[in-house]
Formats: sequence, C-alpha cells, structure tokens
Amino acid sequence: MSAEQTQVSGVVGVLESVGRKSLGLFEEIGRFFFILHATVYWTFRRPFDGKEWMRQMVRVGVDSLPVVGLTSMFTGMVLALQTYRGFERFHAEGFVASVVSLSLTRELAPVLASLMIAGRVGSSLAAELGTMRVTEQIDALYAMATEPIQYLVVPRVGATTVMLPPLVAIANGLGIFGGYAISVALMGANPVTYWEKTFQYLDLNDVSSGLIKAAVFGLILSVTGCSKGFFTTGGAEGVGRATTSAVVMGSVVILVSDFFLTKILF
Amino acid sequence: MATGERGEGGQAAAPPKIAVIDLYKSFAGREVLRGVNLEVEAGESLVIVGGSGAGKSVLIKHLIGLITPERGHVIIDGEDLTNCEPARCLAIRRKFGMSFQEGALFDSMTVFENIAFPLRRHAHMDEAAIVARVQECLALVHLDGTGGKATSELSGGMRRRVGFARAISLQPEILLFDEPNTGLDPITSAVIDTVILEMRERLDVTMVTITHDMKSAFRIADRIAMLRNGQITAIARPDVFRSLADPYIQKFLTGEPLEEEVA
Ligand SMILES: Nc1ncnc2c1ncn2[C@@H]1O[C@H](COP(=O)(O)OP(=O)(O)OP(=O)(O)O)[C@@H](O)[C@H]1O
Ligand SMILES: [Mg+2]
Repeated sequence: MSAEQTQVSGVVGVLESVGRKSLGLFEEIGRFFFILHATVYWTFRRPFDGKEWMRQMVRVGVDSLPVVGLTSMFTGMVLALQTYRGFERFHAEGFVASVVSLSLTRELAPVLASLMIAGRVGSSLAAELGTMRVTEQIDALYAMATEPIQYLVVPRVGATTVMLPPLVAIANGLGIFGGYAISVALMGANPVTYWEKTFQYLDLNDVSSGLIKAAVFGLILSVTGCSKGFFTTGGAEGVGRATTSAVVMGSVVILVSDFFLTKILF
Repeated sequence: MATGERGEGGQAAAPPKIAVIDLYKSFAGREVLRGVNLEVEAGESLVIVGGSGAGKSVLIKHLIGLITPERGHVIIDGEDLTNCEPARCLAIRRKFGMSFQEGALFDSMTVFENIAFPLRRHAHMDEAAIVARVQECLALVHLDGTGGKATSELSGGMRRRVGFARAISLQPEILLFDEPNTGLDPITSAVIDTVILEMRERLDVTMVTITHDMKSAFRIADRIAMLRNGQITAIARPDVFRSLADPYIQKFLTGEPLEEEVA
C-alpha cells in the first residue's frame, strides 16, 4: 500500500461524504416541498376541521404570547439603551425613537418571534408527528381513510401561519413600549417628542412588510417541523433527532429567507 | 355453512375482492417480498402464516396501500391501489378496517374516542348511535366500562383488543387483522376468534388475518397461506393445508425446530 494510494482513497472518502451530505440536503428540500404542496392541496378540500384549527391556533397564538411578548419587550429596551449610547456621541439622541420603531417592526420583532416559535412550536410539531409516525398512528389514520396531511398537518401549518402576524403585531407594540419606557425613565427623554419620533418615519409599508415576513416564517417553520416529524424513522431516538433538527433547520431557513424577503419587500 | 362453496367452486365466476400481482418490496437493499401473488375472494376469510420477520406485516400493509411496492400491483374490486389519485385512494380505503400488531391507538384520545373515530369520520351517525355502537364493540372484545380510560393506562393485550374494536366499529367490507390474538390469554384469544367467526357468517365481509397461533388459524380460516422467503409458497383449505407434504409447513404445524436452521 503506497502513500499515494491511501491519499487517493482519502480523497474519495471525502468526496463520498460530501456527496452523501448534499444528497441528504436534496432529500430534505424535497420533503419540505412535498409537505408544502400536499398541505396546500388538502387545505382546500373538505372536510374543514374548524375545531382542530381553533385548538391549534390557541396552542400557537395564545400559549406563545408570554414568551414572544417578553422577548420583544426586552429587545426594545436593549435597543433603546444601545442606540442611545451610540447616538449620544453625535448628538442624535432624538432619533432613538425612530430607530427603535423601525428596526423592531421591519426586522427584529418578526425574526425574533419566529425564532422563538421555531423553538416552541416547530419542535413540538416534530415530536408530536414523529411519535405518531413511529407508533404507527399515522398509518392508522391512512387505514381509517383519513388523510394525515389533511387531519394533522393542515390545521397545524394553517394555525401557525395565521397566528404569527398577530403575535408579531403585539410584539411590535410591546417592543416599542419597552424602548419608550427605558428612554423616558432612564435616559430622560421627553415623552411627547419620543412618541412623535416613534411614528414620524414609520410607514405602513414597514409594519406590513414585517407582518408578511411573519406569516412566511410561520409557514416555513411549521412545514419544517411537520416534515421532520412526518418522515421520522428509528424509534424514540429518531423522534429526538427530528425534534432537534426541526429547530435548527427551521431557524436557519428563517434567517436565510429573511435576507431574500427583505430584498424583495424592502 | 358457506365455507365449502367459497373454496374452489366460486373462484372462476366472481372477480376477486383483493388481487395481489407480483409484489416486490425491499428495505435498505434487503428483499422482503419477492413476487407475491395472492387472490382473496369476496366473503372469504384468509389467514396468512409465516415465520417471524417473514414480511407478513409488510404484506398486509401493502393490501391497504400503507406501503408503496417497488413493483407489482394491489387491486381492490378492480381498482389499482398502487396507482391512484390521492382522493380516490382515500375512497378505496374507506372499504377497509385494520387492526395493527401494536394497536396503533391514538394516544391523544381516550379508548372511547379511538373507537368512535372512524364512526365520526365516515358514518353520519348521531351521538347516541355512536355511543351505542362503541359500547357494543367494547362488549364484543370484553372491555366493557373501559371507554373513559386513556390509552396509556392499557395493557398490551387490551390495546390490541381496542385496536380490534376500532377496526370493526364501522363494519367495513374488508377487514385486515395483524396478529389480533398474540399475547392474549387463551380465553380472551378464543373470544377474538369467536368475533371473527361471527363476522365471517356475514357473507359480505372479506377478512385477511395474520397469526402465529395455528389453532386459531384452523378455527377462523377458509384458506391458509404460507409466506416464506418473500413468496406465498402454499395456499390451501385448512384440511388440505394440514396434510401438505412441505417439510417446512409440517415443522410449522408441529412447532419443531427446522434442522437446517438449528445446524
Ligand atoms: N419500515 C421498515 N423499514 C425497514 N425495514 C422494515 C420496515 N418494515 C419492515 N421491515 C423489515 O421487513 C422484514 C419483515 O418485517 P415484518 O414486520 O413484515 O415481519 P412479520 O412477518 O410481520 O414478523 P412478526 O411475525 O414478527 O410480526 C423485517 O426484517 C423488518 O426488519
Ligand atoms: Mg408482524
């Protein structure tokens, strides 16, 4: 065995693992779009399960409110602190309010709320569907002439997509309030001018682009969670893997698509 | 008793309820089914036997379209289940009831809700009728009064019986049972057999049952099929099956170890 040979087999090994990784990625993307396509297909077919939609909307919307609200409020507070420290240096303290409201509504509230929901809801979707997969409950649904995509995935994806914009709207409000409270209480900003500056440069487009982003992120993270769960294999360990990668993949895809969405919606 | 006519006599006349044609399936390179051919007459009770890991569960899941084969077809009432529109597939599946080897109960629901599930989805019954039917099914499998229990409170045998009750609740045309009486005590196991026998009396029910229990196989079968090495190696009426010369089948019937496998 010459050194050259071992080198060649080493290179082949690396190529092989690169190949397998990228095949895995393609498979992942394929599954995502399979679930997305099937979800759209079955959303507009009867029967419509209003009760289940309601249950899922409560689970996503109401139950996530505390964590999303808290995240956003503290983000608004930190944002006010940080920009104040910076803007102070060139005597632009007056613009703190505008920076806080613009960056929250356009970027931070949608992205942070979606990341929190990816952790809270995306993971539980993957765990729930994954457990149903490995215990044959999804097969049992098929066997009872019930389409699992329609029965399980449609209300979950639908509820997440529908509930994220209102969640983000509330997050916007709480974040702006956090910034206001810090500026007025700690930095001695004038409450009236701060309030005016908050809305002076804020367009409807800023808010609506943030809400559109939120809906898209909700769709992405719930489809990711459902597809991870739906294609789970390998028992309890497989469910664990699906749950983790639902959060990781969901978060990464949210951040990547955020860039492109911002470019499109600006 | 209609058993006699179902055997060979009616075969040529009526088209089969279920036809399996040249079915191939492998998992991770391992061939589990290698050209399975099988026909089940309407109103027949077919029992499939075979060694553990022979692919019986895989075969029965093909019958209802839970697994897509690599090659071959599953024809239900003349319609190809391996090649149909999603909505059409669902409609074909409405003819089926299936009980799974491990129960596959919905763990987010109670026992009652599990059995009521197919009724609520497909039967257009009012609530009182549903309650009555669920209670009737629970009584059939000797589980009266457990309707309010969570599925996690049940023993393995109870889960299997609830799965069985759920499969029959809608009184479908075709029933698939994957080892309905494994792990049950002899008396409860006989209860399951009795329920299956009673359903066989209704001429419009077609049944495919997997079992390891040869005693129960002889009790409930119109025909018995042996699945081995990925193919149906024998299929015959119980009395004929019993006297087949195949050494594997003889060992299977008597429960003796096979020399080649011991060695
Ligand atoms: N989803 C799957 N993925 C990979 N392999 C599978 C899958 N389902 C079944 N197999 C394999 O197929 C073979 C047959 O399995 P099957 O469950 O059909 O056996 P069986 O005849 O029902 O056995 P038993 O009597 O023990 O229930 C086994 O070797 C099993 O490992
Ligand atoms: Mg099995």
